[in-house]
Amino acid sequence: MNGLIIICGLGLLAMISEIFKFRSVLFPLVLTGLLAALALNVWEWNNPMHISYFENMIGFDRSALAFSTVILAIALLWFVLAQDYFKSGQHLVDHYALVLFALAGALMLTGCKNMTTLFLGIETLSIPMYVLAASKKNDLKSNEAGFKYLIMGSFASGFLLFGIALVYGATASFDFEEIKAYIAVFQGELPGFFYVGVIFILIAMAFKIAVAPFHFWAPDVYEGSPVLITGLMSTVVKTAAFAAFMRLFMMCFSNVSELWVTLLAVIVALSLAVSNFTAVMQTNTKRMLAYSSISHAAFMLMIIMSDKGETASVNSLIYYSLAYSLASLSAFAVIYLVSKNGSEDITELNGLHKRNRLLTITLTIALLSLAGIPVTAGFFAKYFVLSQIPSDTLLWLTILAIISSTIAAFYYLKIVGSMFFADSYTKEPIVVQKSHAFVLIVCVVLLLLFGMVPGLITELALY
Amino acid sequence: MLTLLLLGIPLLAALILLVAKGSNLKNLALSFSLVEFVVSVYAWFLYRQEPSSSVLSFDAEWIKSIGAHFDVSINALSLLMILLTNFLIPLIILSSYRKGYALSNKFYGFILLMQMALVGVFMANDGFLFYVFWEVALIPIYFICLLWGSEGTARVTLKFFIYTFLGSLFMLVGLLYLYNHTGVDGTKSWNVNELYLAGKSMNVKEQSAVFWSVFVAFAIKMPIVPFHTWQPDTYVTAPTQGTMLLSGIMLKMASFGLLKWLIPAVPLGLEVWGHTALMLCVIGIIYTSIIAIGQKDYKRFIAYASVAHVAVIAAGALSLNQQGIQGSIMLMLAHGVNAVGLFFVVEILIRYAGTSEIPKLGGIRNLNSNFGMHFFIIMLGVVAIPLTNGFIGEFLSLNGLYQYSPVMAGFAGLSIIFGAVYMLRTYQHIMLGEVKDTTLRMGTLEASEKITLAIISLAVLAMGVYPAPLNEIAETAANEILMHIK
Repeated sequence: MNGLIIICGLGLLAMISEIFKFRSVLFPLVLTGLLAALALNVWEWNNPMHISYFENMIGFDRSALAFSTVILAIALLWFVLAQDYFKSGQHLVDHYALVLFALAGALMLTGCKNMTTLFLGIETLSIPMYVLAASKKNDLKSNEAGFKYLIMGSFASGFLLFGIALVYGATASFDFEEIKAYIAVFQGELPGFFYVGVIFILIAMAFKIAVAPFHFWAPDVYEGSPVLITGLMSTVVKTAAFAAFMRLFMMCFSNVSELWVTLLAVIVALSLAVSNFTAVMQTNTKRMLAYSSISHAAFMLMIIMSDKGETASVNSLIYYSLAYSLASLSAFAVIYLVSKNGSEDITELNGLHKRNRLLTITLTIALLSLAGIPVTAGFFAKYFVLSQIPSDTLLWLTILAIISSTIAAFYYLKIVGSMFFADSYTKEPIVVQKSHAFVLIVCVVLLLLFGMVPGLITELALY
Repeated sequence: MLTLLLLGIPLLAALILLVAKGSNLKNLALSFSLVEFVVSVYAWFLYRQEPSSSVLSFDAEWIKSIGAHFDVSINALSLLMILLTNFLIPLIILSSYRKGYALSNKFYGFILLMQMALVGVFMANDGFLFYVFWEVALIPIYFICLLWGSEGTARVTLKFFIYTFLGSLFMLVGLLYLYNHTGVDGTKSWNVNELYLAGKSMNVKEQSAVFWSVFVAFAIKMPIVPFHTWQPDTYVTAPTQGTMLLSGIMLKMASFGLLKWLIPAVPLGLEVWGHTALMLCVIGIIYTSIIAIGQKDYKRFIAYASVAHVAVIAAGALSLNQQGIQGSIMLMLAHGVNAVGLFFVVEILIRYAGTSEIPKLGGIRNLNSNFGMHFFIIMLGVVAIPLTNGFIGEFLSLNGLYQYSPVMAGFAGLSIIFGAVYMLRTYQHIMLGEVKDTTLRMGTLEASEKITLAIISLAVLAMGVYPAPLNEIAETAANEILMHIK
């Protein structure tokens, strides 16, 4: 909770910094604030005093704290990486504020315990993201991305509100725990529109995490937005959305799981098939990573789907979010650095190892992690998913997951191959400044560390 | 603790070489691998004194939440595999001395990293650890083939990687299925004995499913027809040292896995499907032998010949009797040494004659009789003439197969005839006959090349004349495996 308050405060500070002329110290201020928020998170973990706030509307239990720590840590790395994004162009102060408010929304989502905070969190997260997606004002694609994101996002919000209203109509409550208790008591006597409401909420959330068949916006938005903003979307936004998804379905609607598990199975199967086959065809790196993120979202849904109310599932989800975010952030960082003076085509990565060794190694390890190969964190993430799918009832899904992982390995490894082997049109070396190198090295070290000692995350006592 | 040392030495060497800058550190790589070999010979002596010595095992908890342990130990089977690996790696490093690869430190670093993973695969007593090492072994070989391979290697290596990755994932699911049936009292375990118990407690249908999902991984890696299509291309485009690693040692991971991780775990599944798998092996022997006869390129020719020999190894293992299993273990050792020898011959041919196409070569024996002699000895080993290393393994494997099914043994026995046909013909074309223009440059060999060849020839003969020390261990290993089946 303290983290959320600090981030909101930082957002406000960023907005007034133009007026009171302390723009130049804003960047160190933000970093300090994020570090303080992280430290307070750790402190709160060790000294759990207040679990819930505002009439149980928002609550930071241990799983929420874990998710928000992941988000804050990734955001911290992202800010270091995005220094120049805040230096070039106009309205830099707005950019700071927008990212910070999006972060506040993300943190709110990790702790939501009520339909209103869920909706507030999603909107607080989404609205700055719409603007940020369109922040390259002179670029047509960026404008398209922002516009598309806005339209599709509002559409999903509509679904969400409608679903919340229906569920409220049936259970007379916004509170997750009360809804859960109501379902437990009146199971079998719930009106039909309650189920419709749950399905609407499911559809809205599927829009937000971008899984098939609600994924169409993702590739365009990923491609059009500035690289760094895409990196933010695929890490912070995704983790927050999954935290909310988990709280909603594993906690609130767990008693009607037979309803949504089947739907999720269909969504997962579609996402795996569509994303991986389409990703193979892509020529733009960001589009490819967009499809790859759909496939990873499907894997994360499999954890939620096969949940039997065990802490292991939550741990796996946190681990997957962390592993995916780290790999994804480092991949986007490399693309950002490579595409600064070039294009975002996959061919731009050809012969990268002759231009910069560090970028090549980072991207190789990030891609190996995304493909799920030991000893990177991605392997354990994938392992936990495969070990949790009930193999007797959902064997077909396991096999589909294996085949799509193999296809995914194909397009990741193809990039690795071309980085080392193919000829680039330019031999000009890429210079990486120290702060960027720092972020890359931290990501790589963490990916390998969590890949060797996954117990650091999976043995966290969440309850 | 000795086991940790066996993992630690190559890992340390690999890290040093991968990080090191500048000068060529091939001597460092060689000395590390020699130290590793000495340590494994020491392990052999310890094993002879006291097979269950506590020095030969190490066990520590690794990932608590899934019950995975870092459990490595040396038993009869793994001892032989480790000896083979650590004997071949110095030879492989030495064989590259002349060539002088670009970025050679990285090259040797990857070879030693591979050695670490291979030794880990052979020592792991924990299913999860086995899988991790199995996958880790794939990374260095992928980079060795990718970075130092010849033309078209990016595509071929990707195919190889994807093929084996698919197999690995199926294996993971099979092992997971076993794992999920362990621990009736609630605590699941990845321990190998627990997995055996879990496998035996399952019904025929479940065991069959596990058998196939794990067998596919091994069949791809060995490879057994029809999963072999990645292999000839990879062998041709990979750098020679990469091919040596692949065929000399890495394929043994699969036959080793068959013996340790599959056969004892699913006896009922084997009863139902073992016959089909054996049929695949026998078909593979005949099919690839015939293809091998027709090959024009020497490297591609060895690739196919290798598939045929590996199929004999698998057939021996799958015949599920003492002689068959013992023979397949002995044949693994012999095949490892011979494969490295054959590929080193290619390396020399390409260096001096500039080609590995058989029709363009000829009369080399007249120009360099020393080279001719070594090639001849290695070839005899491949054909499995008595008093060479191939003989005892091939004889026992086929004998074991005969006990299982005389008809199959009859067909598989054709491999001896085919083997003699294609090996002798190739030798005749390359070494005898008229001297061709391309082979004129064939002068004397360098010291490092002579040493490598001499060691290989000596090993071929020594293992053929006096196989008893190794054979005894192989017998123990076979008995240990059979004990689990009965």
